[in-house]
Amino acid sequence: MSDQAIVEKLKGKFASEVVDVVEFRDETTVTVKKEKIVDICTFMRDELGYNLLCDLCGVDYMGQDPRFLVVYNMYNITTKQRFRIKAQVSEQDCCIDTVSTVWGTANWLERECWDLMGIEFTGHPDPRRILMPADWEGHPLRKDYPVQGPDREPYKGRLS
Amino acid sequence: MGVEQPKTLGSGFITTSLDKLVNWSRASSMWPMTFGLACCAIEMMATGAARFDLDRMGILFRASPRQADVIIIAGTVTKKMLPVIKTVYEQMPEPRYVIAMGACASSGGIFDTYSTVQGIDEALPVDVYIPGCPPRPEGLLYGLMKLQEKIKSERNTFGAAIGVGEVVHEA
Repeated sequence: MSDQAIVEKLKGKFASEVVDVVEFRDETTVTVKKEKIVDICTFMRDELGYNLLCDLCGVDYMGQDPRFLVVYNMYNITTKQRFRIKAQVSEQDCCIDTVSTVWGTANWLERECWDLMGIEFTGHPDPRRILMPADWEGHPLRKDYPVQGPDREPYKGRLS
Repeated sequence: MGVEQPKTLGSGFITTSLDKLVNWSRASSMWPMTFGLACCAIEMMATGAARFDLDRMGILFRASPRQADVIIIAGTVTKKMLPVIKTVYEQMPEPRYVIAMGACASSGGIFDTYSTVQGIDEALPVDVYIPGCPPRPEGLLYGLMKLQEKIKSERNTFGAAIGVGEVVHEA
């Protein structure tokens, strides 16, 4: 099934959810609203055969609204096709439903995303930090996190 | 070493100071903890292998901190790893020595970030710093020889251990 057909199927089933469709270098990306992300992911897995979640990550577009995007890179093992879905998450309501019920591998990927980016995954079975120490405060991959840590004077260049 | 063979005692005896004997044995059997953190550990392994052969200097890597005298901090120390290193160091029996191998262990190196300890000397007392990124095996060998010199210059470590006086560190 071509990417266009997949987009048409998605648009047919979730017409009010699809915000944007971008095709770049034979890769199709669909941006959706976050409310029905579990339904969309279940549809992708069961109806369209995307049975592997390759990667789940967050992107921080500080200064824009919505500030965050959660990116779902999925793979169809049978047809060897890839597809990408992005879900919009705003800074004020910084949470999205977990898809660990759809793909088990999302469990750790969502933990990483919350650990480093601070996006909460509601309904997550094990919402602990995975990379940073358990008592760490803050989410260091956010654009407004000081790169040298909150307890240090920031580097101002060699001559300062 | 200043070993003398007094003729009055015959050929079966030598005389030396206790300091020199203890320091000679310690410097000749510095057993490092097997503990690698990053790419410096690759160079450390190369130093231990056949071409450079640390064993000829009495330096045998031990897999337990309770059998180790030296810990070579070979690589980047993250804040998450720091408690582990502290625990390993505390499990080592005294006297114990710390070598900061490479730029990361000495100063944080290029990792001037929130997650990296900016030099292991923030947590442990370092005896020898080895520059390099990573240091070549010759560099690590030179650092280990510097530590041997340092051990040999200590005075009264044995006396201090049994409660007689204090350790004297000479330059």
